[in-house]
Amino acid sequence: MSATPDIAAFACPLPLRDYPHVVMGHGGGGALSSDLIEHVFLPAFSNPLLDRLGDSTVIDIAADLAGGGRLALSTDSYVVRPLFFPGGSIGDLAVNGTVNDLAMSGGRPLYLTAGFIIEEGLAIGELAEVARRMATAAATAGVRIVTGDTKVVERGHGDGVYINTAGVGVVPPGIGVGIEPVRPGDVVLASGTLGDHGMAIMSVREGLAFEAEIVSDSAPLHGLVTAMLAACPAIRLLRDPTRGGAATSLVEIAGLARVGIEIDEQAIPVRPQVAAACEILGLDPLQVANEGKLLAVVPGDAAEQILAAMRAHEYGRDAVAIGRVVERHPRMVVMRTAIGGTRVIPMPLGEQLPRIC
Amino acid sequence: MKHLTEYRDADTARRLAAEIGRIATRPWAIMEVCGGQTHSIIRNGVDQLLPPEVELIHGPGCPVCVTPLETIDRALAIAATPGVIFCSFGDMLRVPGSRGNLFSVKGLGGDIRLVYSPLDAVKLAQAHPDREVVFLAIGFETTAPANAMAVKLAKQQGLKNFSMLVSHVLVPPAIEAIMRSPGNRVNAFLAAGHVCSVMGTWQYPPLAERFRVPIVVTGFEPIDLLEGIRRTVLQLEQGRHELENAYARVVSERGNEPAQRVIAEVFTAGDRAWRGIGVIPASGWRLADAYRDHDAEIRFAVGGITAVESSLCKAGEVLQGTLKPNQCPAFGKECTPRTPLGATMVSSEGACAAYYNAGRWSDSGAA
Amino acid sequence: MCLAVPGFVESIREESGTRMGRVNFGGVVKDVCLAYLPEIAVGDYTIVHVGFAISKIDEASALATLQTFEDLGLLEESLEELRGDEAAAGP
Repeated sequence: MSATPDIAAFACPLPLRDYPHVVMGHGGGGALSSDLIEHVFLPAFSNPLLDRLGDSTVIDIAADLAGGGRLALSTDSYVVRPLFFPGGSIGDLAVNGTVNDLAMSGGRPLYLTAGFIIEEGLAIGELAEVARRMATAAATAGVRIVTGDTKVVERGHGDGVYINTAGVGVVPPGIGVGIEPVRPGDVVLASGTLGDHGMAIMSVREGLAFEAEIVSDSAPLHGLVTAMLAACPAIRLLRDPTRGGAATSLVEIAGLARVGIEIDEQAIPVRPQVAAACEILGLDPLQVANEGKLLAVVPGDAAEQILAAMRAHEYGRDAVAIGRVVERHPRMVVMRTAIGGTRVIPMPLGEQLPRIC
Repeated sequence: MKHLTEYRDADTARRLAAEIGRIATRPWAIMEVCGGQTHSIIRNGVDQLLPPEVELIHGPGCPVCVTPLETIDRALAIAATPGVIFCSFGDMLRVPGSRGNLFSVKGLGGDIRLVYSPLDAVKLAQAHPDREVVFLAIGFETTAPANAMAVKLAKQQGLKNFSMLVSHVLVPPAIEAIMRSPGNRVNAFLAAGHVCSVMGTWQYPPLAERFRVPIVVTGFEPIDLLEGIRRTVLQLEQGRHELENAYARVVSERGNEPAQRVIAEVFTAGDRAWRGIGVIPASGWRLADAYRDHDAEIRFAVGGITAVESSLCKAGEVLQGTLKPNQCPAFGKECTPRTPLGATMVSSEGACAAYYNAGRWSDSGAA
Repeated sequence: MCLAVPGFVESIREESGTRMGRVNFGGVVKDVCLAYLPEIAVGDYTIVHVGFAISKIDEASALATLQTFEDLGLLEESLEELRGDEAAAGP
């Protein structure tokens, strides 16, 4: 997928009222707003539920909940610059991010809402491309966008567009991720290479850009989770390590479960180019964001089966065990370094900054 | 990555550590004066592989930690000036001034840009002729060639809107100050490999001689560090105090002469206050008179800077190796990575941050 | 200070009188200023700090260093053998 869309090639099915860029009026609720919905969002997201264009969308999920299924809800907001980057766009993140939040509870994602806060001056063509990418991501993930909202803010506020998506899913009966406590002897798995997404963004970021074949790993993971649960229903915990990277998730897990976690530096999967880019900027791949990976804490004796199931799935080919849960140093994550030393992995403080020292 | 991964080999590390254990018969305290080396030691757990006889003291090698408070305050004031595009390396963004840091200035509307290279700041000045572009040029000798080239190019191109706030610090005067300070325990130094790749090694033999300390030029990867330590311990055990180069693939005796020439043209030496330590004579570089027009300190006469250091902060003693971070009364209480009182708690290679992050677990090794 | 990473020079060009190059770090390519290494050539390895190449890596020296580590390993093995022999020989 190209990093930046070819806006000129965008062919609108019906002509807009001659506004190539978003103006304040598009958020006003009147004719211009309808235009935006009719000509940008509906063509992308169209489905019977959405097309009714009610203030709210009524859904019958009784069948999905039958037999003890439970509702899963999630929401997330997406703020990223640039809007289009190697391997993806804000649209992909907005769909897959929320889908993955649901998947981490073992939920099967069904429906999404989509709220847009658009900056005055954004090219309609760009907005339409974002919508198109969301639609593609939604189709790939098997979810439908069934209701939404648009607002427009003044130029200078909004980074192009901010998107919020809320997701509704169903946790099938018998699935209880996160119910069984994490305990010493459990194994920590990673579904694949770490740091791809964050470094893909970094590679096009002003002041830091570099050339590399690093693409965002944005992907919907519920299929992978289903395969994992089929291999072993007793998975203790799932986390998608987005902002703050794997380090943040691991420290959170150790803190919440009050256990120690040990990870092996040599087991952590990182693509060579991601590793090289991190070297240049002085970044730690464990602190770099991922958008298509998960960490799983699983019973020790089930690790091999679960890994086999993961590796058979397209989003788990590089799955590997990266560590284990221990009694020592409760609430702390310790890494065994490549040369045989140890270091504590602290909770990252905030945005990781490239350094010169 | 070639010339990198080979120096991270676990087997070689083990063998080097065993060799150090074999030759060390008495306690020795070795100081590294390079934040990059401190970072690598902690990040890789190098100190844990050492025998109990060998103690590593982390010296004032982090430019983030030693940039004078007044300079930080001046930077914050300039960054807050309307219309200014303020450029900085990432390391400096969280360093606390008397009130706030560059992040908080950004929060209040300052246009702060993170750059990887000083040349990026020059490009910004070219792209925004209507804005004042200021670059915070800090660092040891390693970064001086880059900073010098940036302002040299700006001057050549007549970029009137580009200026630098300069605060360079130098290693040899720091070594001298450490050796002269009361309570000093340092027996030997690992010299900063990349500083020496620029400046050469010729400045160090007189120091080794005068203070009777081995000085071993050392690299940054775990194997390089262990090898540097090995050679240092060997010298100590054998009663030698010489300059040795354990990073010969990158460092030569004369160093990078084209870089030294540009440095001499652009900068001039002077006394410099090191945060937490005090004034060390002739230990810093500022812009030469020929570059007055690009000196942000002159261009932005930000007056009324009264640098107020936290009275609780003992970073100075930590930097000189006379106090361990966990011996500071404020450590872990008023002073934590989230609420740092001083730069040594902010910087990723600051000794205090390193201790804090490892502090809740048993401190193995000689740390 | 001192985060400097090794890479090899892919190409060299002049840009407004300044010598610039594309340097490849393990697959990641960045534009680097080569002004301080007038003799560096395509294919050479260099270490780069904040976008400037500051030293050429001396391959021969690197090989020699790595060799000393190999020798260290051999030395250690023979020392262990010696200790083993002594132990076996008895007091």
